[in-house]
Amino acid sequence: MSEKKNNQVSRRQFLNYTLTGVGGFMGAAVVAPMVGMAVDPLLQADGSDDFEYVMDVDEITTEPQRKTFYIDQQDGWYDTEAERAAWIYRDENGDILALSPICTHLGCVVDWETGDHDNEFFCPCHYGRYDKNGVNIPGTPPEGPLHAYEYRIEDGRLYLGRANPREGA
Amino acid sequence: MLQKLYDWVDERLDITPIWRDIADHEVPEHVNPAHHFSAFVYCFGGLTFFVTVIQVLSGMFLTMYYVPDIENAWHSVQYLQSQVAHGQIVRGMHHWGASVVIVMIFLHTLRVFFQGAYKKPRELNWIVGVLLFFVMFGLGFTGYLLPWDNKAFFATQVGLEIAESVPVIGTDIKTLLAGDPDIVGAQTLTRFFAIHVFFLPAALFGLMALHFIMIRRQGISGPL
Ligand code: HEM
Ligand code: FES
Repeated sequence: MSEKKNNQVSRRQFLNYTLTGVGGFMGAAVVAPMVGMAVDPLLQADGSDDFEYVMDVDEITTEPQRKTFYIDQQDGWYDTEAERAAWIYRDENGDILALSPICTHLGCVVDWETGDHDNEFFCPCHYGRYDKNGVNIPGTPPEGPLHAYEYRIEDGRLYLGRANPREGA
Repeated sequence: MLQKLYDWVDERLDITPIWRDIADHEVPEHVNPAHHFSAFVYCFGGLTFFVTVIQVLSGMFLTMYYVPDIENAWHSVQYLQSQVAHGQIVRGMHHWGASVVIVMIFLHTLRVFFQGAYKKPRELNWIVGVLLFFVMFGLGFTGYLLPWDNKAFFATQVGLEIAESVPVIGTDIKTLLAGDPDIVGAQTLTRFFAIHVFFLPAALFGLMALHFIMIRRQGISGPL
């Protein structure tokens, strides 16, 4: 006992360690569930995968048309119908495009051909611009194309799902 | 590592005397359960404080989800209880803690009463203690309405009518508490919420500070 005195834990140290350990454990047990509750939004699954009817396929033209539709939104304990908008048209290959109007810069809303922005989507917040395919024009703030809605066609009716990012300029 | 950090701060701010003054004092033999087991009765004050800390912490986290509005209150409690991670545990802590804290404060008061610890020079701390008791009751009463279910509603209805039975000013007291002479409703809920999470906790912290300062000044009362 006497040779290795320096390595020994004194009575006081031992008590300090056990009390800190037990106290820390009890404190953690109290606080852990509360922190879990606070970070719950990070653990929740995101958005619904439902598809909603927006318009009939034979009404789709090569000119973008703005259509609104409603999705069932669960905001915690508050269930609502939240409005969504889409710019819907056929591109030069005849494929259907349904673009989200949410600017990929910082989330404002774009409009088709406002002011003198012919044949472009324009965002007024920081003058973001996109060409007719919704691809961002280099040199303007947005760093990606407008998101495209997933779609389904049933009996000549167009249904939209969630909007996904696309590869682009 | 921690020691180094501590030394660094201590060298500059001389913090050692501060915490020594708060925490470093001898526990007299007659209040140490290791010497006399019956001394566990001295723990009830500390246990009251411990549960109060849990109430404050769990209450703070409950308010992240709770809304004091008659349309949404019940749904928000239902949501936090059934959908939020650990929500059931945190609400459970607050729910059961609210009763445990009353039990603890009561046992603490009994100890002080039967030991005669309230006698000179500790009369002022007895008064502060009684005020703390009232504040705790107020927290329990106002918190009970918040889930806005039937039990909450009718318990408050009863409590308000008890207040109304006070001679002369009873009706005014009830109107002040409920926010309306006749209705137990939207205004009652927002009032009770404000009282529960702002006014009474503020009073609670002030009174607890007084309570503890006086204890440090006067020390614990002597052996019987
Ligand atoms: C700063 C401190 C506190 C805050 C922020 C707070 C907050 C809350 C909130 C948001 C609720 C509604 C949620 C629910 O009902 O589950 C609630 C309920 C309640 N609170 Fe507090 N509270 C505090 C302190 C206390 C204390 C010290 C007591 C002790 C007497 C207490 C007793 C209650 C009761 C009895 C309920 C109803 C519980 C239930 O039905 O589950 N609260 N509190
Ligand atoms: S948000 Fe659209 S340009 Fe900045």
